[in-house]
Amino acid sequence: MVGIVGYGAKIPRHRIKVEEIAKTWGADAPSYKKGLQLTEKSVPAPDVDTVTLSVEAARYALKRAGISGTEIGAVYVGSESHPYAVKPSGTIVAEAIGAVKDCHCADYEFACKAGSEAMFTCLGLAKSGYVKYSLAIGGDTSQGAPGDALEYSAAAGSAAFIMGAENVVAEVLYTHSYMSDTPDFWRREHEHYPQHGGRFTGEPAYFEHITGATKAILQKSGMKPQDFQFAVFHQPNGKFPMRVGKMLGFTKEQIVTGWLVPVLGNTYSGASPLGLTAILDIAKPGDMIMMCSYGSGAGSDSFVWKVTDRIKEVQNLCPKTRPQLDEHKIYVDYGTYAKFRKKILKNK
Amino acid sequence: MFPSRTWRENPQRYRLEAVKCAKHNKVFFPPRRVSPGSLDGSSLKPYQLPNEGTIYTFTTIEVPPSQFKDSAPYVVGMIELTDGTKITCQVADCDPSTLKIGQKVKIEFRRVQTHGEHGVLSYGYKAVPAIQGVTTV
Amino acid sequence: MREVAIIGVGMNKWGELWNDSLRDIYVDAAIEAIKDAGVDHVDGMYIGSMTPGLFVGQEHIGSLMADYLGMKGLPCTRVESACASGGVALKSAFLEVASGHSDIVIAGGVEKMTDCSGDDATYALATAADQEYEVFHGATFPGLYAMMARRHMHDYGTTREQLAHVAVKNHKNGAKNPKAQYPFEVTLEEVMTSVMVADPLRILDCSPITDGAACVVVADLATARKICKKPIVKITGIGHATDSIALHSRESITRLDAVTTAAERAYKMAGKKPTDIHFAEVHDCFTIAEIIVAEDLGFFKKGEGGKGAESGETHIGGRIPINPSGGLKSKGHPVGATGIAQAIETVNQLRGDAGARQVKGAKVGMTQNMGGSGGSCVIHIMEVI
Repeated sequence: MVGIVGYGAKIPRHRIKVEEIAKTWGADAPSYKKGLQLTEKSVPAPDVDTVTLSVEAARYALKRAGISGTEIGAVYVGSESHPYAVKPSGTIVAEAIGAVKDCHCADYEFACKAGSEAMFTCLGLAKSGYVKYSLAIGGDTSQGAPGDALEYSAAAGSAAFIMGAENVVAEVLYTHSYMSDTPDFWRREHEHYPQHGGRFTGEPAYFEHITGATKAILQKSGMKPQDFQFAVFHQPNGKFPMRVGKMLGFTKEQIVTGWLVPVLGNTYSGASPLGLTAILDIAKPGDMIMMCSYGSGAGSDSFVWKVTDRIKEVQNLCPKTRPQLDEHKIYVDYGTYAKFRKKILKNK
Repeated sequence: MFPSRTWRENPQRYRLEAVKCAKHNKVFFPPRRVSPGSLDGSSLKPYQLPNEGTIYTFTTIEVPPSQFKDSAPYVVGMIELTDGTKITCQVADCDPSTLKIGQKVKIEFRRVQTHGEHGVLSYGYKAVPAIQGVTTV
Repeated sequence: MREVAIIGVGMNKWGELWNDSLRDIYVDAAIEAIKDAGVDHVDGMYIGSMTPGLFVGQEHIGSLMADYLGMKGLPCTRVESACASGGVALKSAFLEVASGHSDIVIAGGVEKMTDCSGDDATYALATAADQEYEVFHGATFPGLYAMMARRHMHDYGTTREQLAHVAVKNHKNGAKNPKAQYPFEVTLEEVMTSVMVADPLRILDCSPITDGAACVVVADLATARKICKKPIVKITGIGHATDSIALHSRESITRLDAVTTAAERAYKMAGKKPTDIHFAEVHDCFTIAEIIVAEDLGFFKKGEGGKGAESGETHIGGRIPINPSGGLKSKGHPVGATGIAQAIETVNQLRGDAGARQVKGAKVGMTQNMGGSGGSCVIHIMEVI
């Protein structure tokens, strides 16, 4: 049996409300809240980045897996906000959790699906027997340009999964990946903020790839939406995952557990993986979970997970995902947010 | 900051690796080469510091040194870990006016110094209050 | 070992000396000390300076100062022990004379601190703390002493107001010291509402950034007797000790073991006890430092230094006058020069030359000079004969 042996989530404590951003730009907060279906988002403090969030998430994953860092044989960090342009995030994470030095390691980048691709790689390593335990991370401290619609949603968080063939808490039954060259969202080298194609990010991009990957995995598995207790789709805003779920025949009840975006924002590579951690936090043995990521550029990875009996032993070992969202919050104003995100031009 | 200086400290700063002296029954952090008074390190064995503790004392730095210019004001505290070892580090994600001696904290992995826009990033430990609730700043 | 005396003293008016360079300020102080001593030559020189390299980019100042004093060829060395560098220079000069190797040696100290920005000065000073385990995390010197203060307040009930009393008293003394950087009085309220530096310490709890130099001429007793026209001040006790420079590595942060150990050694060498000391110049880099040091020198019971500061016992005319010069607080703190300036005040007091701030009947004085957050301490006991 191959699957998730341990998982962990880390969401920073700082938050900013949609109203606070809208006030700065003279925008209408209620229409943004309705349009994006989100009310606030997480904000990384200056001492928080993809690596620090990933280390904390990985430490929780190790604890739930019941193994030490030295037993990890591969580390892959998927993000579009790696702190260095050149120099891996993964080595820092591996060093911090003690997964050194006999270990595979690389950083992944595929917009918001870099994390799910890392998960797929690690499942493959477990299935092939090449590596006993491997660590897959999806996390971001996303950037949205000041005043852009993305600024209301671009958030921070990280999810970590240890994949292996023993002591599995959620078995992977099927996977599928679906991709094409679709430039809906991009950031050129040396640019601070991404560019996007507005409504072009919707139909031909997000919806095309998520429905493509999900329909294919349903066909592969011979399963129907009703066979799942939970579903999590990439969540760039509150609206898209609910709409794509409905298009595919999933209900709001199946989606709502992993639907973190209304109070978390879009954590890019962390978005669907964090949703999965929130589901695993409350799932029961035997539950079936549909997961489908989306990364601009563009592609989707879908997974069918089956929760095992061991889930009950690990759920309470570490802070769960929802409580991290609902508690420990520190609200910041736009000035503090702008300072944190280095949006203020300073004298060098 | 030349990278070797920060790289060399990784085991201590990333993983809180210390040594414990069997002779003195005392923990040394960072690890050292010899046990006091012995000219010999054979009694020093690798030891893992706990990642929880309480605030022993603290201050809010309003006038920072040059490398922390963008971070001020920030809290520096001395943390007494659950095994009694004391370490100095920042207390992050907190409202300084509510901090108290004896308050419970947890050690987290954070960026400690960035060495400007171009330098190597130095990561390490910071304490965060082990409290729940909602704060507005 | 031969007996050793201080036979000449010299220092500038301290402050922000914009027109004077590092070498200028040192030479001025040294010339004044040599003239005060009335000697026609010296055999060696030790200069205490914490970090001229960081402040003005200059190392190797022993040779530089010998040259600019017009004494090329003189054996001269810079000694360093952070803010205790001056005290260690004096100890070094003492040992060179006591050993018989030299008869007349200058012990000086200098720091030029204003040729850099405030945060660069904060950084330079912080290098006296543990760079990788304190400074790395953003600790500053005011920060380290603030942590000591908070714990002292927590453990012994020392109050914010008691800290302020130290500053008020030292400014009151310093107002009578023409060489002081800030020769004015301050009120309790001014101290307690001054700008916050590191909670609970405010700017008026902190010694300032200062340009300054100070020099003394030491000689063996026989030479001193031949030359000296003023009362001869002997160094009768020296105590020097170190401690972990990282505050968190110490057993206690409300007690300074380098101070207690150095004091024990100095008292023993001089054959004195705390009650024999008529006044003391102590290292009040921060108000809390004077309170803790006064306890650790044995002038107050542990935990009662705050009450002592409040009671007036440390005022000139009190039971144990502390920092009649105005201390680091009012006189200024050009770090490497401080230990020497303490010796100069002690000599002035013992000679009866302290003017309006004279401690009446002072025959035995003490200097306590400290490096970092107490990682080093050097104490001298001096007596007039």
